[in-house]
Amino acid sequence: MTSTFEFWQANLPEMLSGLGVSLQLTILALILGFPLGLILAVASSTRSRSIRWTAIAIVEVGRGAPALVVLYVVYFGLPILSLTPEAYVCAVIGLTYTTASYTAEYIRGGLKSVSAGSIEAGNALAMSQLDVLRFIIVPQGLRVALPSLMGFAILIFQATSLTYSITVTELTAVATSISSSSFRALEIFGLAGIMYAAITLPASWATNKVDQHMSNRY
Amino acid sequence: MNGLIAILLAVPYTLLVTIGAFIIGFVIAIPLVLMRRSRIAPVRWVSQAVIDLVRGIPPIVWLFFIFFGLPLLEIRLDPVPAAILGLGIFSGGFLAEIFRGGLLAVHRGQFEASQALGLHSVTAFVLVIAPQAFRAMLPGLATYFIGLIKDSSIASVIGVTEMVFAAQVYARQSPEGIYTFFVAALVYIGLSVPFALLSRGMETKLQAGAK
Repeated sequence: MTSTFEFWQANLPEMLSGLGVSLQLTILALILGFPLGLILAVASSTRSRSIRWTAIAIVEVGRGAPALVVLYVVYFGLPILSLTPEAYVCAVIGLTYTTASYTAEYIRGGLKSVSAGSIEAGNALAMSQLDVLRFIIVPQGLRVALPSLMGFAILIFQATSLTYSITVTELTAVATSISSSSFRALEIFGLAGIMYAAITLPASWATNKVDQHMSNRY
Repeated sequence: MNGLIAILLAVPYTLLVTIGAFIIGFVIAIPLVLMRRSRIAPVRWVSQAVIDLVRGIPPIVWLFFIFFGLPLLEIRLDPVPAAILGLGIFSGGFLAEIFRGGLLAVHRGQFEASQALGLHSVTAFVLVIAPQAFRAMLPGLATYFIGLIKDSSIASVIGVTEMVFAAQVYARQSPEGIYTFFVAALVYIGLSVPFALLSRGMETKLQAGAK
């Protein structure tokens, strides 16, 4: 039996490609989910009752159902509509929905924190409602929501590990397959843990820095 | 219809894993937060490093590490205890941060006043500091607990027969089995409502006590 270090070295390329898939899923979920979250946030605070309640329902279902269940619904549900996308696409769809509904709440909180004064100032300058939203509410609100959005980005990176259960070959899936062929679960999941932490630790330090920076400002 | 019954029968396992992990997390978080507030800098650093590391690794990896890894060290756990331990470790890091926030919310003057009254530091902590900190961290604890109900679904990957596991068994049996996932989603949302109401009720009650 080879030493742990040699074992890790031998499997590192495969594990790194798994990590690459995890990172890709994270980036896609964030790029697609953030704008949707912003739209849902604005929609769930509009005056029109039907739009507002639809948006709130979409957000609450996305936040109330576990990410794992959302993934299964997409993975087993789309074939019923005669669609058979790859597992990877299902993973992107599921994670995007989860991202959109969580970020919608963070962004809504940020938008709410924009002072009435700056909105009134926009109105006084005869800006249209849409311009007030675009140039005053959204930029200020997003800045307030930034630390929680960064925190969520870390959580969604961790959540990509759930896509293992719908057969996406991300880091956890790679580790599982190496574990079952080598019978060295302790070492390979240890390596997987180190690789996840290598991304999440610096990311959470950065989040703390931004958080401190923001709270010193106000 | 059978799908609904199968899922409802699995609810006790979901709650068992959630509550078990919450308790383990609570027990792990207490020493971590005390170390985090230590006067000795290296103790603080160690605690912070442990908290960050524990939270930085996805729960599914913790579960696999414990369920598949520990048997190699001759430590064998059944799926339910393995899930409780894995999610408990992960929760410990989060709860430690929530505790820390709660303790920070207690005014410095309260510590000084207890000292001035000659209270023993343990007495002061139990009777003066902890109750006030608890009030401050209740919303955070409730949010985390509700999140943990959903995270307990991860236990299905190591074969704990909780709600998602039950739904999966159904989904494999028939093409219509997919609807059991919708049912499961609704039951999850339904489960979190009473806990949310309970925490809101406790908050109002404790706020009244503060005045």
